[in-house]
Amino acid sequence: MSRIRRPSLRFSTLLPMATFASFIALWYLYATFNYDNPVQRRNALPYPHEIVTDGFMPVTDKVNGLRPILGYMWPTVKVTILGLSIAILLGIALAVLMNLSRSVERALFPYAVVLQTVPILAITPLLTQLFGEELGVRLVVTVLIAIFPVITNTLFGLQSTDQMHHDLFTLNHVSRRTRLWRLELPSALPSLMTGIRIASGSAVIGSVVADFFFVKGEKGIGYYIRTRQQKSIERPEMFAGTITASIFGVLMFLLVGWVTTRAIRDWHDKD
Amino acid sequence: MPLTADKMSDSALRMANISLTFADGTQALENLNLNIQSGEFVSIVGPSGCGKSTLLRLASGLLAQTQGLCDVDRTSLGYVFQDPTLLPWRTVRRNVELNAELAGMDKPSRQKAADTAIDLVNLTGYEDKYPKQLSGGMKMRCSLARALVLQPNLFLFDEPFAALDEITREHLNDELLHLFQNQHFASLFITHSIQEAVFLSTRVLVMSARPGRIIAEHAVDFPYPRHPDIRYQSDFAEICGKISADLKVAHS
Repeated sequence: MSRIRRPSLRFSTLLPMATFASFIALWYLYATFNYDNPVQRRNALPYPHEIVTDGFMPVTDKVNGLRPILGYMWPTVKVTILGLSIAILLGIALAVLMNLSRSVERALFPYAVVLQTVPILAITPLLTQLFGEELGVRLVVTVLIAIFPVITNTLFGLQSTDQMHHDLFTLNHVSRRTRLWRLELPSALPSLMTGIRIASGSAVIGSVVADFFFVKGEKGIGYYIRTRQQKSIERPEMFAGTITASIFGVLMFLLVGWVTTRAIRDWHDKD
Repeated sequence: MPLTADKMSDSALRMANISLTFADGTQALENLNLNIQSGEFVSIVGPSGCGKSTLLRLASGLLAQTQGLCDVDRTSLGYVFQDPTLLPWRTVRRNVELNAELAGMDKPSRQKAADTAIDLVNLTGYEDKYPKQLSGGMKMRCSLARALVLQPNLFLFDEPFAALDEITREHLNDELLHLFQNQHFASLFITHSIQEAVFLSTRVLVMSARPGRIIAEHAVDFPYPRHPDIRYQSDFAEICGKISADLKVAHS
């Protein structure tokens, strides 16, 4: 096990902060030199501070600012977590099924790939017909986007089970079920956790994007962003909503990363 | 008739006229005969790729022979692999319990059996460690303990100490002999090391290059318990020399 020197804390926070500062500086420069008319500029590309003052503020007002944004975030959070959970359970189940028999794998895996490549937004009319326009269809979109990494990583993990471990279980005359529960699934855990981490990011995108196309039922942050896109005067609000959704995505990724790492760190030897 | 019945029950492993040809046409074993009585420690040395491991896989039932007869009680078999093959997500204790657990033994009995086995291989105090926290030698000890738990009549060892350094290996050799004397199992031990084979065994068999068969047999008469220093006695060296000469024939 090679030990790589941990970069110092100052180094690891300073560099990303420098990147952030340069990005904001570029933003100001571009916005300033690209537009002659200040009103036109604000309605196209507001300055970062305008996003804070006109988008996020006031903080406690019922109609404007942060409070409605957070109000719209809550349904998105629910759809994301519910959709991710379904994607994880369904993805594991499908991977287990494919692992049970070569023919099931042959029959199903190509369609798992298709899931990943089909532009889901292009088939929204079909999805509306099948699943309506409320919570159901939002979950379907989220699951469709998030399930692929769960399936592939779980399947890879199951199939990478050590052959000598398999021999060990064969010598103990175990049933197929015992082999799955006591050997293959625990063996697959590290790569399953990687799959879940990737899926958590995708799930956020799925649940936000679903709001752009399905307008009934409880509306999430996607709806907020889309409606603020339509009036150029609300451009700061649009950015504020987008930033909030992104922060949620990052938090989700960090939280899931923390949980999945913790789940296996006692025994897993990452090398 | 009682006489033959006794003879049968005393035999821990009997292979008669065993041949094995793989699907690709490779002939791994040819007309191989082998008989291990209970209380015997038999080692097999032979050139690499001669089918030594194949022989173990066949004895354990992981492979089936093309021809011949293999008589062994597969419900009472301890198999020790080349690698420790510990399950990384289980602690030492839970790894040692594995075979008992898969055999359906209830929790209190298997915990007791595991503690006994852990004690036998001198791993007491490491029960709650995970494999990644153990050294190579300790992992092998844990693997031995796992095989010991069900107190099998016959042990199959597939070069278990090949990956260890010499000091650890000699140490484990001593411990294995100790176990052999106390637990009264029969052993079939595969190794590359003539010294290891002679030190451990009551009998050393030499296997030919592929297709493998037994071409020489040497009884090792040193009484047990064997002191580690017998490795440096002249009669020990003499047996090693004879086996080495046979191995040269085996290679050709």
